[in-house]
Amino acid sequence: MSETVISVENLGKKYILGHQMQGEYETLRDKISNGVKSLSSKLASTLNGKRIANPGIEEFWALRDVSFEIKQGEVVGIIGRNGAGKSTLLKILSRITEPTTGEIAIQGRVASLLEVGTGFHPELTGRENIYLNGAILGMSRVEIKRKFDEIVAFSEVEKFLDTPVKRYSSGMYVRLAFAVAAHLEPEILIVDEVLAVGDIQFQKKCLGKMKDISDSQGRTVLFVSHNMDAIQRLCLECIMLERGRLVMHNDTVSTVQRYISNNLYRALPSNWIDISNAERVGTGEARFVAVQYSSLNESFSFQPYSNGPLEFLLTIESDSSRSIGSLAVVIFSRTGTILVNADILSLGKTINLKLGSNLVKLRIERLNLKAGIYVIGLWLDRTGESSENEALDYLESAFEIEVFNFESVGFGLETIGPVTCEFTVEKYEN
Amino acid sequence: MKSKRLIIKAGHTSSQYWKDLWRYRELFYFLAWRDILVRYKQTAIGIAWALLRPFVTMVVFTVVFSNIAKLPSEGTPYPILVFAAMLPWQFFANALMDCSNSLINDSNLISKVYFPRLIVPASAVIVSFVDFLIAGMIMLALMAWYNFVPDWRILTLPFFIMIAFALAMGAGLWFSALNVQYRDFRYIVPFLVQFGLYISPVGFSSNVVPEQWRLLYSLNPMVGVIDGFRWAILGGEAKLYWPGFLLSVALVILVLATGIWYFRRMERKFADVI
Repeated sequence: MSETVISVENLGKKYILGHQMQGEYETLRDKISNGVKSLSSKLASTLNGKRIANPGIEEFWALRDVSFEIKQGEVVGIIGRNGAGKSTLLKILSRITEPTTGEIAIQGRVASLLEVGTGFHPELTGRENIYLNGAILGMSRVEIKRKFDEIVAFSEVEKFLDTPVKRYSSGMYVRLAFAVAAHLEPEILIVDEVLAVGDIQFQKKCLGKMKDISDSQGRTVLFVSHNMDAIQRLCLECIMLERGRLVMHNDTVSTVQRYISNNLYRALPSNWIDISNAERVGTGEARFVAVQYSSLNESFSFQPYSNGPLEFLLTIESDSSRSIGSLAVVIFSRTGTILVNADILSLGKTINLKLGSNLVKLRIERLNLKAGIYVIGLWLDRTGESSENEALDYLESAFEIEVFNFESVGFGLETIGPVTCEFTVEKYEN
Repeated sequence: MKSKRLIIKAGHTSSQYWKDLWRYRELFYFLAWRDILVRYKQTAIGIAWALLRPFVTMVVFTVVFSNIAKLPSEGTPYPILVFAAMLPWQFFANALMDCSNSLINDSNLISKVYFPRLIVPASAVIVSFVDFLIAGMIMLALMAWYNFVPDWRILTLPFFIMIAFALAMGAGLWFSALNVQYRDFRYIVPFLVQFGLYISPVGFSSNVVPEQWRLLYSLNPMVGVIDGFRWAILGGEAKLYWPGFLLSVALVILVLATGIWYFRRMERKFADVI
């Protein structure tokens, strides 16, 4: 028997954006001066007979006309780009903020976990914080007392229980915080991107715990993440939001596929990307104007993937015919570390550019990068010995690509370190 | 067991608000407990601060108003006269300041977890109340020192404490809600508290105020509270100016009722604007 536990109808949330506001918050002075302004503009508009919209105020619908139903025991992933309204939806469902329109009916006790360690106080000890945090998340004192030992064991910080958490390492802090949250026993659990914390082992433990909560205890879980791996492992069903609207509510596989192919945020593969106006340095005597990338694999929508090929087509415009000794596609991590520098210099090759437009194909045979988002940079120089400013053209961040992992096996958890390698393991009996 | 169905509808605050407040009563206790624990952590003399501050102020006031300004003491030792007023005043002042900043200080809670927001300012008042109880020990010590025995009226003290509590809560709710939207109140409240000390009969008896101004003077609700405290603690000579006192009480009720009303109205937007 599965009954509907969450039903959402025509949900909408409107925010008012004020453009003149400099600081984070409105002050009385702003209020008064805006009042005077709007009064005078009202006066002016009645005099002119025209209505003038207040230019300082703009409406923004973070969510609009969202309707869906979730049945008991379902684990539903909520996916979407940044700003799609995922967090707003969770905030409304957990009653932190009110919807502007629409109605929600929820059956059962809701606990939301939008942040790990909400309400932790640095001056208090681990023990005290377990109680405080538990109470904030909605546990009763008796309940916390009953689970106290379990929480401590899960967090692995027994030794430091009576140390103020301000002296904890960040890993210990996160473990303790998640341990408290993991022992909530609500009928409906709402989780925002909180699994992306702690070390790999602990992440694995958390994922396991989440799976346990949903599988064996029949609880309903709503789970927001950018980590498609985690989504695919935990959820059977997904809701996809786009600019505040619900665009898809279906099984995880098809929703995730649509999300990936719909990823407008980054430049799409197999399409010409105009980079003629991108930020760059260099003399500009020859410059990149457009680029296209593709994994050449149609079944993956040409998206780059771990250990697959990645091909770049580069359109270069030159103001004279010249020989090029250094042309490179550089792949940066999002933190700006150079991970790959595929430079023709290392092949010992030169390319002759003619006056006008030239097309160059550069192909990485095997992309040894794990799933994630990377930044593509482009480099063009006669010899490869010039500084950045003397080069013909250098774009440090032309566009972003997302590399997927389509061959994950087993638990498939992403480990740290951006580079893949092939390895096997074997145990010798002695 | 069948759990209750919750309806969230645009523009309608949850009908379960007061029930929720009861359900989250433990959080109320935990927040107050946290603030008390944290308050004197890493201080050398710890909780003694709660004794030291009112005591020193009392000494200064006694010297200034009794020994220098030569104001009448009405038959009771001046330190007791001052301290009977100092107790409710410091409670009110601390509660108001803590209360008005409480939502801002707990903004991460407000934006990440649901609970009835009323808990936050209310627990701030509780924390100040604990300080009040500690400072009350000085009162007992003073009474012992001067061999001062209060009469039956001391039994009415809880009633006046309740009025002080209601006033601190009411004003605190107003300022905490206003503070969320207009941070100006962060500067206004300390000023009000400082100013209030001079227009409240803390360092002197309100009998020094000319008769024809007494009713007007009672528009300051703390006048009623302080006079009530003196009436209950000092006994004997101390008289209560009833019209003024009733006016003060009426004002306190008004402040509390509108405070709750305003807070409930603004509460829905807290998470969006904080």
